[in-house]
Amino acid sequence: MKYFIAIVLSVSIISAQPDFPVLQRYATDLTNTITGSQINSLDNQLRRFDDTTSNQVLFLMNSTIDGYPIEMYTYEVATKNKLGSKENNNGVLFFVAKDDRKMRIEVGYGLEGTLPDALASSIIRNDVAPFFKQGDYYSGVQAGISSIISATKGEYKREDRREEDEDSDGLFWIYLIFLLIFLIFGKKGKGGLLGAIILGNAIGGGRSSGSFGGGSFGGFSGGGGSFGGGGASGGW
Amino acid sequence: MKSKGLLIGCGAGAVLVVVLIGIVMWGVGIYNDLVRIDESVTQSWSQVENQYQRRLDLIPNLVNTVKGVAEFEKETFTAVTEARSKVGQINAGEVLNDPAKFQQFQAAQGELSSALSRLMVVVENYPQLKANENFLQLQAQLEGTENRISVERMKFTQRVQEYNTRIRQFPANIIAGISGFSVKPNFAAEPGADKAPKVEF
Repeated sequence: MKYFIAIVLSVSIISAQPDFPVLQRYATDLTNTITGSQINSLDNQLRRFDDTTSNQVLFLMNSTIDGYPIEMYTYEVATKNKLGSKENNNGVLFFVAKDDRKMRIEVGYGLEGTLPDALASSIIRNDVAPFFKQGDYYSGVQAGISSIISATKGEYKREDRREEDEDSDGLFWIYLIFLLIFLIFGKKGKGGLLGAIILGNAIGGGRSSGSFGGGSFGGFSGGGGSFGGGGASGGW
Repeated sequence: MKSKGLLIGCGAGAVLVVVLIGIVMWGVGIYNDLVRIDESVTQSWSQVENQYQRRLDLIPNLVNTVKGVAEFEKETFTAVTEARSKVGQINAGEVLNDPAKFQQFQAAQGELSSALSRLMVVVENYPQLKANENFLQLQAQLEGTENRISVERMKFTQRVQEYNTRIRQFPANIIAGISGFSVKPNFAAEPGADKAPKVEF
């Protein structure tokens, strides 16, 4: 108890508890250093990785953590956002504090085997830092994410979820076939045209709601994974 | 008259039995809950132990790598090796239920922590080590392990608090007293001694 109070006190004395962001996407840049389309491409890449492997690798860039220990910061962010699944604990948080010139790869329990500290440290020093030194943040982050992905991709496989997406894909094709049938056989009559318009709308609606759904389903939601302080930190 | 007395007696007996069964069931419920919390403490302690063990396993490799380059720092190596063997003599499995041993364990690990952090400070004087990939990886492993130790210690501390509070609260304390659950030792703040060696790049 005393120890705990001491930790809490010392932390609050050293520096005020920072805000731990709630992550809604796979890639987040709170400093606006990386352009929107670049962030989107990182986000898509990481979402697809989650879709296929169930590994939740998230990227977060912040300007500063005000002297708060980076290991505690990433542990808190990763734990609060519950990266990784509850069964496999397969989450990774790649965090960059831009103005502090510090970064850390925080690794969930379930990926400590395929992404050990030594490898995480090597990714930071050899893959990411050289780009950051030149001020090329996007390339650095991209390199780091690629290395994290190639280290962890063999560990787990996505088995469940995303079935609804396949279903709606199936429906889309059925609509398309019906539309073609209407277009081909219904050309002479008004009914056919009407049918085509209605179906065209249905498909249009289906498509737009599909892409909208992609946006909102594609948002990140944590699976309940837990962390034990694995990973590595570094700077540039 | 006689039969009425018998009836009352039987009724009272039945009520007593029901009440007794109720009390026993209630006690069993509390007991099972205590077992569950006790088990979670043991489990988180084994996590703490694992991480300390991991650190012990890492040291010979680390010392050998550093020795090759920084051969003049004999004292620092000796301190690390001695602290390590001291830790190795303690059987961590018995530590959890023996406050004296727990203290001893914590002190020995603290000593090892400070010996290691001195070693990592010494290393700063050898730039050739910082270009040595093998050393850098070992350094990353040591840092990772120190960080894991502090995370697992934090989790353990919380579990023990929960457990110790539970077994001292009424009425669980009665069941705990009967079935031999005792207060478990917890980590005390030890400024400096248990600080992880901090090595900046």
